[in-house]
Amino acid sequence: MSGPEVSSRERILGRVRRALADVPGDGAPPAGPAYEQEVERGYLRRHGDLDAAGTVELLAENLADYRALVHRCSEAELPSLIGRLLAARGARTVVVPPGLDPDWLSGTGAERVEDTATDSPERLDAVDSVVTACAVAIAETGTIVLDGGPDQGRRRITLVPDHHVCVVRVPEQVVSSVPEALERLDPVRPSTWISGPSATSDIELDRVEGVHGPRTLEVVLVSA
Amino acid sequence: MRVALFLTCVNDTLYPDTGRAVVKLLNRLGVDVDFPMAQTCCGQAHYNTGYRHEAEPLARQFSDVFGEYDAIVTPSGSCGAMVRELYPRMGERARAEGRGDSLARTLAPVVTKTYELTEFLVDVVGVTDVGAYYPRTVTYHPTCHGLRGLGLGDRPRRLLRAVKGLELVELPGAEECCGFGGTFALKNSDVSAAMGTDKVRNAESTGADVLCAADNSCLMHIGGTMSRLKVGMRPVHIAEILASTEEEPAV
Amino acid sequence: MSGTFMGMPAFPEAAREAVDNPTLRGNLRHATHTIRAKRAKAVAEVSDWAELREAGKRIKDHTLRHLDHYLVQLEEAVTAAGGIVHWAADADEANAIVTRLVQETGESEVVKVKSMATQEIGLNEALEAAGIRAYETDLAELIVQLGKDRPSHILVPAIHRNRGEIRDIFEKEMGEWGRPAPEGLTDTPAELAEAARLHLREKFLRAKVGVSGANFMVAETGTLVVVESEGNGRMCLTLPETLISVVGIEKIVPTWRDLEVFLQTLPRSSTAERMNPYTSMWTGTTDSRAADGPRVFHLVLLDNGRTDTLADEVGRQALRCIRCSACLNVCPVYERAGGHAYGSVYPGPIGAILSPQLRGTASEIDASLPYASSLCGACYEVCPVAIDIPEVLVHLRERVVQGGPAVREGNKVVLRPAKGHAAERAAMRAARWAFSHPGALRAGQRLASRTRRAHPRHLPGPGKAWTGSRDLPPLPAEPFRDWWQRTHGGKDGVQ
Repeated sequence: MSGPEVSSRERILGRVRRALADVPGDGAPPAGPAYEQEVERGYLRRHGDLDAAGTVELLAENLADYRALVHRCSEAELPSLIGRLLAARGARTVVVPPGLDPDWLSGTGAERVEDTATDSPERLDAVDSVVTACAVAIAETGTIVLDGGPDQGRRRITLVPDHHVCVVRVPEQVVSSVPEALERLDPVRPSTWISGPSATSDIELDRVEGVHGPRTLEVVLVSA
Repeated sequence: MRVALFLTCVNDTLYPDTGRAVVKLLNRLGVDVDFPMAQTCCGQAHYNTGYRHEAEPLARQFSDVFGEYDAIVTPSGSCGAMVRELYPRMGERARAEGRGDSLARTLAPVVTKTYELTEFLVDVVGVTDVGAYYPRTVTYHPTCHGLRGLGLGDRPRRLLRAVKGLELVELPGAEECCGFGGTFALKNSDVSAAMGTDKVRNAESTGADVLCAADNSCLMHIGGTMSRLKVGMRPVHIAEILASTEEEPAV
Repeated sequence: MSGTFMGMPAFPEAAREAVDNPTLRGNLRHATHTIRAKRAKAVAEVSDWAELREAGKRIKDHTLRHLDHYLVQLEEAVTAAGGIVHWAADADEANAIVTRLVQETGESEVVKVKSMATQEIGLNEALEAAGIRAYETDLAELIVQLGKDRPSHILVPAIHRNRGEIRDIFEKEMGEWGRPAPEGLTDTPAELAEAARLHLREKFLRAKVGVSGANFMVAETGTLVVVESEGNGRMCLTLPETLISVVGIEKIVPTWRDLEVFLQTLPRSSTAERMNPYTSMWTGTTDSRAADGPRVFHLVLLDNGRTDTLADEVGRQALRCIRCSACLNVCPVYERAGGHAYGSVYPGPIGAILSPQLRGTASEIDASLPYASSLCGACYEVCPVAIDIPEVLVHLRERVVQGGPAVREGNKVVLRPAKGHAAERAAMRAARWAFSHPGALRAGQRLASRTRRAHPRHLPGPGKAWTGSRDLPPLPAEPFRDWWQRTHGGKDGVQ
C-alpha cells in the first residue's frame, strides 16, 4: 500500500475510536459464546416443524410460487427427464460443470459444452441451457444455493445461458431455513443463492420475471 | 384512588367540551376526578420542535402538579405519549449530558401513572361498555401517538362498539397519519394539507356522520380540513361520544 | 441535467412541487401502497419477526460499538483471501482511488451494480471527468441514467416514473448509450425488462471492470454479500476481470452466522419477498484453477461522514440501516413529497436522519430535513433493525435550532443555532414562560375567548401556513379551567 492510504486508514480508525469515547469497555469485543449471548438470538432456527417429506413439499411449493418450474423424479428417471426438459426447450447446446454425473445427460441429444477457464462470456451466451446440481436448498424461502462445487461449476455458467436446470437431491440436500443453510456452507467458496428466475420490481414496484439471469429456472427434485 | 385530569393546554383552551365530557364520563363510572388548576402544558410542542431545554421546566412543573396523584388521565394520545415515552428520554439525555439524575428522578413518578383516557377506562376502571348512547354512524381514526406510541390497540374501538345506537364503520387507510404532526402542520403545510385531504376523503368515503379520534390536535387539523373542503362530517373526540347518554345525548 | 443535489431548495419548497404534480403523486401512491401491503404479508409470515428485528439491532449495535476492531479484522480476512483493501476518508478520496484503479486496468468503461455508496460519493461523475464511462445496470438505475434524472428511492430509484414514462425514455435514449430499444416497444413491464436485457447484455459480455457496493461484509471471513433481483449484480460481480467494491464502513457484521438474521429480514422488508432472486457471496478471489469470478478484487472502505455519525450517541443508530427502504414505502410524507425533495440519494425517513448527519446541517436542505416528518412513527414500526427514526429526527431538530457539540470530519465542533429560527425560538420561549405561569396563561385564554368573534378566518403572516388549507376551530366561550372553577371551585386538591 502507498503512503497516503496508510494515513487514511489510521485517520478512519482514529475517528472511530474517538467517536466511541462515550462507550464503556476496552479493546477486544466479546467473541464466541459471549458474543452469542450479547446478540441474543431469540429467533427460531426454523419455522414450523415439518418432517423431511413435508420440508421437500414446502420447497416445491415456494419454488413454484416464485415461478420456478418444479419437477420430481427418481434417480433412474433423471436422465430421461433432463432429456425431455432440454428437448422441450429446443436446446441444441448445454453447458455442464466438469464434475456433473455424466449419466444425467445420457438422455439428451443436445451437444455438451464443457466449461473451461479460458472461455469468453460470449461463448456462454451462445449456449442454450445449463444443467447443474446444487449445494443446498432452502424450503422456507424456495431457494437453491450453488457453491461452485464440481457438479455446479463456475458462477457464470448458471448466469449467462437463458435456461437453467438445477437438480436437488431430496431430502438430503434440503434444509428448512436460512440459518440451517448457512451452517452447511463454506464461506470461502463463492456462493449464489437463487430464488426463482431473475426478476425485477423496478417498474411500479411490481414483480416481473425475466431480466438478466436465466429467464427459465427448472428445478428437479430427485429422490434416491 | 386520587385521579387527576390532565386535560392538555389545547383542550383547555380550545376544546373545553372534551374536558367536561371526560369529567361527566368518569363521574358516571364512579371515578372522582380532580383538575389541578396549576396544570398547563406537557412541553410536547417544544420537545418535538427541537426545544428540549424549554420543555424541561414544563416537564418538571407537570411532575410537581401531578406527582401526588395515583393516576393521571388525559384525553390525548400524543400528550400521554409525551409523558410516558419522552419524559424518561429527557431524563436520560440530561444524564448523558452530565447533568446528573435530578431530572430523571423528578419525572419518574408521573411516567407510570399517566394513562390515556381509553386506556384508563379499559385497563384501570375495567369497562368497555360505559353505558353510552350515540345514534350516529361513526368512523374511527387511530391517531399516531396513541396507536404506535402508547399501543392503544383496539381499546378505542372496543369502547365505541359497546355504545348503544352507534354504528362503527372502518376507515380506509385508518393507520395513516392525518398530517397534523404539531409544528409539521406549519413547517410543511403543503404536505400536511395533502395528507389531511386524503384522510378526509377516506373518511368521507365511509359515509359516516362522524369522524372520531382520541386526540383533539389531530381533530383540529382534520376538522379544519373538512370545513375548508365543505365536507359534511363532524370531527368528535371519543370522550364526547362516550359521555353521551340517552338522558343527555350529545348529538 | 438535473442529476445533482447541489443547491437544493429546503424540503418544504421542494415538496410543494411534488404535491402539485398529480402524475408523480399517482405514481408514488400506487407504488408505495402496492409494496406496503405485500411487506406486511411477507413479515406476518414469520412468527419470530420481533426476535429477528431485535437480533439485527443488537448485532449492528455491537458491531458499531467495536467498529475499529471489526474493520481491522475484515481487512485482514479480505487481504488473506487475495483482496486488496483501500481506505477512503471522504468522497473525493474514494473517487480518486476508484478512478486510479480503473485507469490501471487500461479500461475506459465499467459496469456498475446498483450501489448507494457510489451514488453518495458521485462516482459516476468523477469517472466521467476522468474519461471513464460508468454503465448503470440495475433496471431502475438505467432508467435514471438514461433519463438524465435523479434517483428518488433507495430500492427503486425510478419509482417516480410510471411504465409509460419508462417506455418513452428507453425509446428516446437507449440508442445514445448502445443498443437501441426494440421497434414498437410497448409499456408492458415484461417488454421493458426485455429491452433492458438486450441493451445491457453486450455491455456485460465485454466488461473488464465491475464496480459494486455490498449489503454486508463479514469480518471473520472477509466475505462480501450483494443482494439483488435481476442478475445484473451477478453479471458485474462474476464476468469482469477486475471488481472494485465501494462499501460504507458500517456494513460490517461480525460473523458468518449473523447473515442468517439479515438474509431473512432484508428481502421481506425491501421487496416483500421470502427471498430475493439472487444473492452473491464472495470471499476475496478464487484461485486461478477455479477461475471463478474476477482475478483482481479491490475493497474500498468508505467513511464520508459515517464516523461523525458514530460520534453522536443518539444519531448513531442510523448506521444500523440495511437500506431496505421499508421506511420510505410506509412514510406518508415520502408518498406525497417524493424522493427528490429530500435532496440526497437517501430519501425518505432514513434520509432525513442520515443526510444531516453524513453531510452536517449547514446547508438549507440539510437543516430542513429533520422537519420533514409528522413524527407518526410508521417508519420505526417497520424498520427491521429498529432505528427509532422519530427519536433521531427530534434530536437533529434540536441540533438545528439550538446548535451544540458535534463532530465534523473527525473534529469536535460547536454548532451555532441555524439561521431562520429566531422568531420560532422567541415564540417557544414565550410559550414556555406562559405555560410556567398558569395565571398568565389563563389571562391569555380569557382574552382570546372574549375577543373570539373578532378573530379573522384567514390569518396573516406565519398563521397562513395553517389557514391556507384549514379553517381554525371556533374559540369556546370560556376555557375549561373557568368552567371547572365555576362548577368545582375550591375542590382543587393542589392549590
